[in-house]
Amino acid sequence: MAHDKEIDQVSGTETTGHEWDGIKELNTPLPRWWLWTFYATCLWALAYWVVMPAWPLVSSYTKGVIGYSSREQLANTMAEARAAQAVYLDRIEQASLEEIVNDRELLDFAQAGGGSAFAVNCSQCHGLGAAGSTGFPNLNDDNWIWGGTLEAIHQTILYGIRSDHDETRFNEMPAFGRDEILDREQVGDVAEYVLSLSGSETDPAAAQRGSEIFAEQCAACHGEDGTGNQDLGAPNLTDAIWLYGGDKADVVQTIANSRSGMMPAWTGRLDETTIKQLAVYVHSLGGGE
Amino acid sequence: MVDQAVVQDATAKPADKREGVERSDAEPVNKKERRSLYQKRIKIYPRLARGGFRRLKWGVMAVTLAIYYLTPWIRWDRGPNAPDQAVLIDFPGRRFYFFFIEIWPQEVYYLTGLLILAAIGLFLVTSLAGRVWCGYTCPQTVWTDLFIAVERFFQGDRASRIRMDKMPWTGNKVWRKAATHVTWVVIAAGTGGAWVFYFADAPTLAQQLVTFDAPAVAYVTIATLTFTTYLLGGLAREQVCTYMCPWPRIQGGLLDEESLVITYHEDRGEPRGARKKGTHPTELGDCIDCNQCVAVCPMGIDIRDGQQLECITCALCIDACNGVMDKVGLPRNLISYDTLANVERVRAGEKPRLRLIRPRTLIYTGIIALVTLIMLFTLVTRSDLDVNILRDRNPLFVTLSDGSIRNGYTVKIINKQHAERHFTLAVEGLPGASIDIVGNDVTAADLQVDPDDLESYRVFVSAPRDSLEDDSLDLRFLITDKADGTRVTYDSVFRGPK
Repeated sequence: MAHDKEIDQVSGTETTGHEWDGIKELNTPLPRWWLWTFYATCLWALAYWVVMPAWPLVSSYTKGVIGYSSREQLANTMAEARAAQAVYLDRIEQASLEEIVNDRELLDFAQAGGGSAFAVNCSQCHGLGAAGSTGFPNLNDDNWIWGGTLEAIHQTILYGIRSDHDETRFNEMPAFGRDEILDREQVGDVAEYVLSLSGSETDPAAAQRGSEIFAEQCAACHGEDGTGNQDLGAPNLTDAIWLYGGDKADVVQTIANSRSGMMPAWTGRLDETTIKQLAVYVHSLGGGE
Repeated sequence: MVDQAVVQDATAKPADKREGVERSDAEPVNKKERRSLYQKRIKIYPRLARGGFRRLKWGVMAVTLAIYYLTPWIRWDRGPNAPDQAVLIDFPGRRFYFFFIEIWPQEVYYLTGLLILAAIGLFLVTSLAGRVWCGYTCPQTVWTDLFIAVERFFQGDRASRIRMDKMPWTGNKVWRKAATHVTWVVIAAGTGGAWVFYFADAPTLAQQLVTFDAPAVAYVTIATLTFTTYLLGGLAREQVCTYMCPWPRIQGGLLDEESLVITYHEDRGEPRGARKKGTHPTELGDCIDCNQCVAVCPMGIDIRDGQQLECITCALCIDACNGVMDKVGLPRNLISYDTLANVERVRAGEKPRLRLIRPRTLIYTGIIALVTLIMLFTLVTRSDLDVNILRDRNPLFVTLSDGSIRNGYTVKIINKQHAERHFTLAVEGLPGASIDIVGNDVTAADLQVDPDDLESYRVFVSAPRDSLEDDSLDLRFLITDKADGTRVTYDSVFRGPK
């Protein structure tokens, strides 16, 4: 600024010469140590450029003399976490499913580990809360098509259902309508009978006719009383749970065209300890037998 | 680092002792006319004051330093499974122990309450008696005072210190300066050293520190606090109050004309001027212009300029002035704690009076009383048993094969006792409800929670479909201690299909 120093009359302090609506800005001096602190921070910045990764280059960056890398730090942190988990994972690998459930520590670990594995691998079909949806079983309830013991659940997760694995769980219900085993009316009658098994209101005459067809065509797998057979993967038809819906139209559709849901085998895709944790997790959701 | 003004001061003619009063030519180095762009710190050489306020400050210093250094060493028996240190901030264990109180992380609102009390308490004290916090109890003031005492012990009082800074580096100067700084560093290290004892068992940590087995963070903390204490107490001193601390700026909004502040009674003192011994010419006021108030000021100001930001109201100028007034046979309290309103009243011929009860002080007192009552109430009614119940939101409910409805809950029981406890769990408000708990051998009849611990249980509540009239039902959990019957209830809901 070219003009002379102006001293404010009231405070005795020099002004900057800036004026707004008659108010002048005082040029109050800073303490000198403040200036030195400022120089120190500048020096710090220069040193930081030398010591730490700082400047982007065309295809890389200045690495800094101590070679710090946040990527490496992440890798170390992850390695530490894996090392901390390894203690439990080793024990889970050695333990049987029963032993895991009976050991409070391992149970907590398996439920947490199984829960996150479920969210990543299973929730796409079964839902985040494992409540399923039409065609995808609810894993919280006490109804199991292929068995709800720890072993049975473990087996299902390992090899899947109608998967391409050799040891997959497999069955096939005939498409009674499409393959013309039963005619339209017969399918309707069987549907009436199946609905009556779980206490739904139905046409008694139709149900009576359907019961005879059921004994002939369906009882082999679903049982005389319709309670199903977990060894064959034949659902219990007498309970309140319907995988493909419990309306007459849904049941008719199932009988006429059959259903064949598919679950992939997870062995080979997930390691053994993860599958064990998944089995424990699913078993602990509330329906485990 | 000796400023021109100080050099002049020291080379000036000897102090006028004709009246038996030592005159000082001390200059208020922070007087506004003396500042320039990038002000170099001008060293202040506070002279030792003698009098009631100085004695009070020694007392406050002794008490506050004793509290700070000794508190971690007080033992408090809490029985087994708990530390026996009266005040302990246990970060790994996530507990704060304060004598009979144990604070869990979720109870940090007690800390909020304490901070509110501290803040409003500070407001109240400030509106009543100005910056007494700054003048007597602020750590910056206490440690600076201690460091000045050390400086005085090794280098003598004001005149001697000024002389020493001017003289060449002789052996005498070297050892006195070195002794001062070494003592400062020792005190600073002790300050940092005492701090870490609040965070670990003091005797154990002390032993570890000596044998170099203590955690690295302890050494880093001690080193950092040693450095900052030395820097702020020994070197920066009044710069901290004037430039770094926000409080001098804030307190301007808390003071009013009825607040007690250090006041120079200008009406009585002016016009100031030196006089012959025993005479008090009528054309002069009571101020004999001896500058003793400036010489003792640790902030380097002249209180006769009136209230100013730098003044921490340490009252040492009152002591200095009273000593002088006694000697020259004038009434005391030319400088005293007084209010701006009283200065006006005296000027208007009215009687000075203190108005302690004002809307401002009443409101502050009211807030303090309210927060204290709330804190006391929550503290007294504080349970050593806490229950938290989280309802599953996904799935909201599960239909079971027999058609009944099941809801999932996570029940968290916090046992704040130092003994294992057993609880029963029951529900109210749901006809035909049954309870299942995940985990082998765990039933609602016996839930175990370890001492001083939190236990989390997965609980399934099921009920027949027809016991739900609506898709939502109020459900109450009852958690009862099997030993003493203490019961905690927790209200939740039970959901079913529409």
